[in-house]
Amino acid sequence: MNTLLAICVGVLYSAAIYLILRRSIVKLVIGLVLLSNASNLLIFTASGLTREAPPLIPEGESMPAIVADPLAQALILTAIVIGFGVLAFAVVLIRRAYEVVEADDMDQMKGTDT
Amino acid sequence: MVLWISGSFLAAAAAPWAVKRFPRHAGMILALWPGLLFVWFLSVLPRVGQSPVVTTHEWIPALGIRFSLYLDGLALLMSLLISGIGSLVILYAGRYLERHPDLGKLLALLLAFMASMLGLVLSGNLLLMFVFWELTSIVSYLLIGFHHEDEGARRSALQGLFVTFAGGLALMTGLILIGSVAGSYEWRTILDSADAIQASPHYPLALVLLVVGAMTKSAQFPFHFWLPNAMAAPTPVSAYLHSATMVKAGVFLLARTHPVLGGTALWTALLGTAGAVTLLLGIWLAMRSTGIKRVLAYSTIMALGTLTMLIGVGSDKAIIAAMAFLFAHSLYKGALFMIAGILDHQAGVKDLTRAGGLARRMPVSAAAAGLAALSLAGVLPLFGFVAKEKLFLSIFASGMAWLTPVVAIGAVLTVGVGALVGIQPWYGKPVATPRPAREPGPSLLAGPLILATGGILFGLFTPVVDQYLLTPAASAVTGHPVTPMLKLWHGLNLALATSIASLALGLLLYRWRTHFRHMTRFSDALAARGPEWLYDRMMALLVRVAGWQTRMLQSGYLRHYLLTTLLFVVACVWILLARSGQALHIAFDLTDIAIHEVMVMLVMSASAILAATSGSRLGAVAALGAVGFTVALVFVLFSAADPGITQVLVETLAVIMLVLVLFRLPRFLKLSSTRVRVQDATVAITLGATFTVLLLLAQDQRLYESISAWHIAESVPSGYGRNVVNVILVDFRALDTLGEIFVLALAAVGVLAMLGLKAEDKPQ
Repeated sequence: MNTLLAICVGVLYSAAIYLILRRSIVKLVIGLVLLSNASNLLIFTASGLTREAPPLIPEGESMPAIVADPLAQALILTAIVIGFGVLAFAVVLIRRAYEVVEADDMDQMKGTDT
Repeated sequence: MVLWISGSFLAAAAAPWAVKRFPRHAGMILALWPGLLFVWFLSVLPRVGQSPVVTTHEWIPALGIRFSLYLDGLALLMSLLISGIGSLVILYAGRYLERHPDLGKLLALLLAFMASMLGLVLSGNLLLMFVFWELTSIVSYLLIGFHHEDEGARRSALQGLFVTFAGGLALMTGLILIGSVAGSYEWRTILDSADAIQASPHYPLALVLLVVGAMTKSAQFPFHFWLPNAMAAPTPVSAYLHSATMVKAGVFLLARTHPVLGGTALWTALLGTAGAVTLLLGIWLAMRSTGIKRVLAYSTIMALGTLTMLIGVGSDKAIIAAMAFLFAHSLYKGALFMIAGILDHQAGVKDLTRAGGLARRMPVSAAAAGLAALSLAGVLPLFGFVAKEKLFLSIFASGMAWLTPVVAIGAVLTVGVGALVGIQPWYGKPVATPRPAREPGPSLLAGPLILATGGILFGLFTPVVDQYLLTPAASAVTGHPVTPMLKLWHGLNLALATSIASLALGLLLYRWRTHFRHMTRFSDALAARGPEWLYDRMMALLVRVAGWQTRMLQSGYLRHYLLTTLLFVVACVWILLARSGQALHIAFDLTDIAIHEVMVMLVMSASAILAATSGSRLGAVAALGAVGFTVALVFVLFSAADPGITQVLVETLAVIMLVLVLFRLPRFLKLSSTRVRVQDATVAITLGATFTVLLLLAQDQRLYESISAWHIAESVPSGYGRNVVNVILVDFRALDTLGEIFVLALAAVGVLAMLGLKAEDKPQ
């Protein structure tokens, strides 16, 4: 299963980087979202995959047998939320940039005057 | 001694104030400080003859760098020249540039230079000496560029700075090599480990680097060209820095290191050749020049070449000749430069061909110039004669026969140059000067008169100077006590005969100077393709390379920067993988597969590709949403409920937000050509593949034991929670979560602020 998920991560990264290299600023932002998804999945896969054993400690017991890695999940959770913050900021930023520059093309945003 | 140096820097800081407060007498007042220094150095003269005066303060103990000062005979000779001539020059400059708006700056820089130069000659630590060495270069740059509104002066200043800094870099490397071999930068330790240094395999490199440093500073061929250009500085500066003191720093360095590095065949070959070539070149160009300051500058190059050559020869006789020559040269050249300044100041004369018969109007100046020129030419009974006799004797006795014609030709030309500055402007047919010539006041005359009279007094009392000043200096250079040997009259010998012959030939040369210049025109063509031409070409090349590099690296396009960074990362990863290829193997594991999981991953991959290639905005956003939800599904399938829930919430909000904003943006245009798309796709796929490979490789690698087990074990006892992920977020790693909240709050503030900016404040 790891192997398939690793290939998936590769596909996500490829798509994200292709989008980041585009001239359209909207595509750049879509690429950023994909990139953050890809990275989360990368951390998740690297920490090891476990089926049907969430890191929950049942009532009465103190030490479950085998559970998924809780630390990676906590890190990913933080990353997802921060990724959302960045996205919200970026979306408003491109809206504002388009208002000022009236173009979606980053090649027209080279100067500092506009 | 530390007080004297820091006091000099303080005096420099006080100079602008003094000029403001006493505009007419600032030079006189400020000259008192170097005068005081001079008297102090005189007072320690008998003591230093016995043993060096040493003081040490800790400076950077961690690096073994101490603020050590080391006053021996050599340092004392230099210090006396620096403070004595410094006093006269500051007195002179106060009058020379009277009412100049920047007089305060000039005097401050002159005093700062004096402090740096004193620090340089008194340093007992190689790195400390290097600091002062660079300080003199910087102050010299500021002084050459004093008339900064003149483009030529700026160019000359930069040229001097670049040449001396390039040498400074070489010198620094050489000093570090010497220090690492000796195990210390302290001069006294290095003096004791001379044998170890000469036996070290680093010796040749260290010596060459150090000599290059000295050659740039002391304007030796092929680095000589900056010195004549440095004449763009005001004349007091030329008199002080570019003849009497700073340019002698290189010679001083060679003399200082002679007991440690000297005496080898490489030393003699390097310095003997460099010195001899510079000697001939300098005096040749001096004889061919007509600008007064250029004549003097080139003859300074001759003197520096002579000194380098003598230190290269390195016998006791040669060293004492070098000390005598250094002393004599500082006296007469300082005087002659101040006379050149007087000619400019009082008569507007800058060129020898524009002056004549001035002795009638300026008899005192003419007398001072005559005395100094006689010393330059080496005529009995002036001190220059003593130095020249010793120079001849030491070269004749050195066993290096090829140096004999060099010094003989040099002597003839030197007499000619002496006549140029001592006779041509003063006697003969009067020439109309740009301004009516008039004898200057005492402030301007004091310097040249004192220095020129010194030439004759020291000549008459040669044994006294020798015993108290020059023999201790020579002993410091040779590293063992030298017996006093200088006399005014050596009797009738070969040296005297050479002197008389060169005097006669030199005067003849002066008589036929225009013919000489005419006949030697060919050397101009050589000079046009000389080191200065090379320097200009190199500077032009530097600018071109810098421009090309900027265009290459700083395109201003985000995607170019990204492309460069990404390709670099990929290259680094693959090089590392290739190097450790044996130890790694990729774990392909396709056994444990469930069909619904495969479906989810197929949808995820297809959506990602669609998001990347879609031509419609809405399609791209929908595909992006699909990717996000499938990622959430993967989280849920593999026991990560909390990230899964969060991902679903966030993805929903993100898609809504993107859709709302996209309606305000234009449709996707096909902005890039197919070629660029293919290229970007290749890079993207390569990078994606790299990540896949890395991830597969990482499966088997566990460098550290995970701390997750601890988190699980402590969740209930310490965190009182049964959802371990939640306990980690709000308890074990609560600070991370706090940081996350700050990030979100900042983003929210930013979003609000930007939404608040209305379109009406749109710039035109």
